[in-house]
Amino acid sequence: MRPPQGSLSGVSAFQASVGKGVHTPGDQCDVLVAMNPAALKRGYKILKPGGVIIVDIDSFNESGLKKAQFETEDPFKELGINAQVIEAPVTSMTKAALADSEMDVKSVLKCRNIFALGLVCWLFDRPLEGALKLLKNKFAKKPAVYEANSKVIQAGYDYGHNIHASVSTFRIETEDIRPGVYTDINGNTATAWGFILASEKAGRPLFLGSYPITPATDILHELAKRKDLGVKACQMEDEIAGVCSAIGASFAGNLAVTSTSGPGLALKSEGIGLAVMAELPLVIVDVQRGGPSTGLPTKTEQTDLMQALYGRNGESPLVVVAPVSPTDCFTMAFESSRIAIEHMTPVILLTDAFIGNGSSAWRIPETEDYPEIRVPYVPEDKKAAWRPYHRDPETLSRYWAIPGTEGLQHRLGGLEKDSETGAISTDPVNHEKMVELRQEKIARIANDIPEQEVLCDVDADTLLIGWGGTYGHIYSAAEELNAAGKRVAFTQFRYINPLPKNTAEILSRYKTIIVAELNTGMFADYLQSKFPNLDIRRINKIQGQPFLAQEIVDGVNKIMEG
Amino acid sequence: MEDIKFTPANYKSDQAVRWCPGCGDHAILNTLHKAMASIGVPPHKMAVISGIGCSSRLPYYMNTYGFHTIHGRAAAIATGFKVANPEMTVWQISGDGDGLAIGGNHFIHAVRRNIDINILLFNNKIYGLTKGQYSPTSDRGFVSKSSPYGTTEDPFIPAELVFGARGNFFARSIDVELQVNQEVLTAAQQHKGTSVVEMLCNCVIWNHGIHDFITDRENRAERTIHLVHGEKMLFGKEKNKGLVRDGFLLKAVEIGKDGYTIDDVLVHDAHTKSNFLHQQLAMMDGHELPLAIGIIRDVEGLTYNDEIDKQVETVRAKKGFATLRDMVLAGETWTVE
Repeated sequence: MRPPQGSLSGVSAFQASVGKGVHTPGDQCDVLVAMNPAALKRGYKILKPGGVIIVDIDSFNESGLKKAQFETEDPFKELGINAQVIEAPVTSMTKAALADSEMDVKSVLKCRNIFALGLVCWLFDRPLEGALKLLKNKFAKKPAVYEANSKVIQAGYDYGHNIHASVSTFRIETEDIRPGVYTDINGNTATAWGFILASEKAGRPLFLGSYPITPATDILHELAKRKDLGVKACQMEDEIAGVCSAIGASFAGNLAVTSTSGPGLALKSEGIGLAVMAELPLVIVDVQRGGPSTGLPTKTEQTDLMQALYGRNGESPLVVVAPVSPTDCFTMAFESSRIAIEHMTPVILLTDAFIGNGSSAWRIPETEDYPEIRVPYVPEDKKAAWRPYHRDPETLSRYWAIPGTEGLQHRLGGLEKDSETGAISTDPVNHEKMVELRQEKIARIANDIPEQEVLCDVDADTLLIGWGGTYGHIYSAAEELNAAGKRVAFTQFRYINPLPKNTAEILSRYKTIIVAELNTGMFADYLQSKFPNLDIRRINKIQGQPFLAQEIVDGVNKIMEG
Repeated sequence: MEDIKFTPANYKSDQAVRWCPGCGDHAILNTLHKAMASIGVPPHKMAVISGIGCSSRLPYYMNTYGFHTIHGRAAAIATGFKVANPEMTVWQISGDGDGLAIGGNHFIHAVRRNIDINILLFNNKIYGLTKGQYSPTSDRGFVSKSSPYGTTEDPFIPAELVFGARGNFFARSIDVELQVNQEVLTAAQQHKGTSVVEMLCNCVIWNHGIHDFITDRENRAERTIHLVHGEKMLFGKEKNKGLVRDGFLLKAVEIGKDGYTIDDVLVHDAHTKSNFLHQQLAMMDGHELPLAIGIIRDVEGLTYNDEIDKQVETVRAKKGFATLRDMVLAGETWTVE
């Protein structure tokens, strides 16, 4: 006798462990494939926190949930599951893949697990060859069954490809746990939440103008949900409209953000130039992925640095910052908003697919953990004679006159403006002056950001440098090198333009400077342009994958043995 | 707002207007000042947002909030502005190149969303600022610097794009029709949702006389029809001609001839939901049927910005949070002592 399908007692399962040195099927699993709600209920406990659940959404209907004795419509919430869920229409896709075959329905449905296997292969970058070989051997005497399964495994793989399915395969465990209330967070959610806190701290509403693009779309998803906090997130008709609607919202007085990835940043360039010229606060998030062109949409890289720094026409300086971890995305989203508002400038926030999708435990900040953001409203005593390009003498930021305020009507635009009157000006000397003012305004932000810190063996002769999302791997490598008796200091840059003001002093202390980055050497070239006398050594990887700590250890050893 | 009276001078900025002498844009700018004063929109509650082109200089001549942006993007910028600050009245100024070529995508999407902005589309069928290239509204065969042998493409008819994008407000006027100008600008301001006003303008330098067939004093009354909601569709110097149904189409007839009486002449209904007849009226070009000016379509609909505000209100009333911290704490958390 067999218990009815879909009921809790009817669940059967198969567990497998993949990798080197496998001796058991594993105690806990990284991926749970649940073909129906009952399987989810029976299986979810062996999933690691933050693991991946693939469900056959076709079976998560009213009757499926009832058979598995769920009481609500949201089985994940009901079970308190903390996981990355991929909802795939496994049954219907399998049926569709085998629509032309002669097989009966029952035999077709037997192939569903192979669809899930194809999806798993996509998610973890496994080529299908191995699985196909196994299937061929298994069904050597049943070529029709092999044929069907090979079609279905390809369909599962292609499905992952088509929906840009991606999961985080890494988790950072926080080292020194401070008392407080914690939650799990991934980098893209952290980014979205950082903006919300900044909006609270500035007292300006939050606006997002965006267009879906992998791997940045989750920021749009999260902020679209946050109407419960008054956030307005607009999905626009294209990337250009994304940035332009944000520029409009910024002119209107909101904290305005646009989120994208590399190709989208390229489309937004002209708009960002307008924000540079109009000196409006704006944050542009670029969750970097493999390029050029469409490149590797679900993979990570640090190849947009030059685009962020220089990818605009004219002399067009702006601020570039890069968080170092999923939780740092929160801090740096807040920081980029603070800098944008207090210094009236666009800021590019360079995260990447690795930290954007990566998750970590995160201490929920107390209100006083972050500073108030001082909005540079037009000072009362300056209102009478105010013109739009008058500046704060210390920061050189212009003032923000919020539309709707009586007496502060003004006109901005992409044309060069007279530094005093704010009227259109083609005067040559005025143009040069304005170019210098815009440059100097950005340079002075170095006075308003933390100094760069050096970690590990600070007094060594060799300094290992990284920037942004490679922090964890490079830090581990430096610690490993130190443990092996190799004298190496380590520093990770989060503020890229302007650089922290003690950068020159730090660099001058070391004989050997090594920059490790996931591109062909963009940050190294940037540092070289700022400090021409440095002899910079490089460790580079451009495979769409994060560093392995060992690769950096090997690279440093090679240079040191040089 | 009602008890403060404004005059057109309140909307004029201190900047000298730099359009060419004789350019049709001057008259439209003056009419905009007048229309805003007559409605009483306070200058500090108004934003004028433009793209690039001759007409896009207009914000500099308004003593309101203004933003002269980049080519083609005014509709997207105006959309973000209105969502972010819905209290403000927003006017978008674009030309035929700015609005329908480089900005065509943003134009149709603004209209589709029905964001509550007024789009003033200056149509002179030419690129003036770049010195005389054909535009997406230039007629097939039009000879210009970039089409020395004539264009080999058909133009857009702006109204057709508006209706294709399910627009709710479309009006048209001609730079020389001062009264109609004020009427359509006022109606555009009073309409909630995207209002598109097409202004046929003369470019004295690069496309002088492009609308002469319509605007010529001798024939204007015969070649145009001023549509007014609730009134008979009559035209001609003597108002002795009218539009009647002819199967699915329209026909121009002379009253008293061929058995047609005034009772056969159609009454204009700008508020009817179906745009079937509005499209036919907007497509008339002055040749077989007179070109329509005035308010062709003016229908109420849900606006993008109001619906966003309503959603925020509804969601917040149901499960709103005061702060990010409250929202996060309401989710899955654990405490470390």
